[in-house]
Amino acid sequence: MYYLYIFVLIAVIVSFFADRSKTYRAIKVAFRKFIKILPAFASMLILVSIVLALLPNSVILHFLGGSNMFEGVILASSIGSITLMPGFIAFPLCGILLSKGVTYTVLSAFTTTLMMVGFVTFPIEKKYFGLRVAIIRNVASLIIAIIVAVMTGIFYGEIFA
Amino acid sequence: MRLKTVTKYARGAGFIAYALFLGISFLKGFEPGKKVGLNLGYFSLGMLKLLPIAFVLIGLFEVWVKKETVEKYFGTKSGLKGHVGGILLAGTTVGGLYVAFPVAYSLYSKGADIGVIFTYIAASAICRVPMTIFEASFMGIKFSIIRLLFSIPLVIFSSMLLGKYLTGRNYRIKDGE
Repeated sequence: MYYLYIFVLIAVIVSFFADRSKTYRAIKVAFRKFIKILPAFASMLILVSIVLALLPNSVILHFLGGSNMFEGVILASSIGSITLMPGFIAFPLCGILLSKGVTYTVLSAFTTTLMMVGFVTFPIEKKYFGLRVAIIRNVASLIIAIIVAVMTGIFYGEIFA
Repeated sequence: MRLKTVTKYARGAGFIAYALFLGISFLKGFEPGKKVGLNLGYFSLGMLKLLPIAFVLIGLFEVWVKKETVEKYFGTKSGLKGHVGGILLAGTTVGGLYVAFPVAYSLYSKGADIGVIFTYIAASAICRVPMTIFEASFMGIKFSIIRLLFSIPLVIFSSMLLGKYLTGRNYRIKDGE
């Protein structure tokens, strides 16, 4: 995490010396985006604070973690395929779930399907690509997401460890 | 009343009810309510440590990298170079798939390779730079690297296959109407 701070600090300094006005504009863009996302963020935090207080950790881990990885991946990729959530909300949420003990494997399945597989956007996609190609693309994306989740699990020592 | 106004009021009422609930919980020592409040504080602190930093990086990225430049250089190239270009172009995309579809059509009408277009679509879902900054901030850079390392080759491979299959089969991308 400190690396991130150092990296951003260096990036800002380099940018500042390269072009002052651009750097000011970047900060302005950052601030505007931050303010814009804040209400959605607050809603997410409120919802999550309630849900996680009601659900004991053991229940969350039973469904999304620990012992039965296979079930967790299937459940997570189904939720990810169906729901529509901006990454700005999804990743912080995953960070919270991670601290609760949900595995990287399951979170990877969730985030990748969330981004690549669009159940809700399917009607729009169909209009651009046609029914058949839209189906092929979504199924291929689901398969890719599951492969990536398995590889994530292997690299974090959660599968075959 | 319009739906938008209704949801606005509902949200406002929700916020107030939530704040009141927390306040009373802490005053009366209602344990589940206190737990909700502590959760909120704990999560908010975690977010506040990362959010501003991530947004500054995103701001810098948006100011320094111009989508038009990438589009000009790579938009319609073919072969592996085209696929790499598709991914770079996708990196600059803001928003999700629904933003990428119209761009895909515009690439198509400029004569881009079908396979490259599908690489662009998939990459605009998973390789967007601002989103990846967010991901790495909250999940760790290792998570992002593993994800990109495995998904990009798979995306290129499957898009090439799909492109090969569709080219010469009289396939057309429509403009979404």
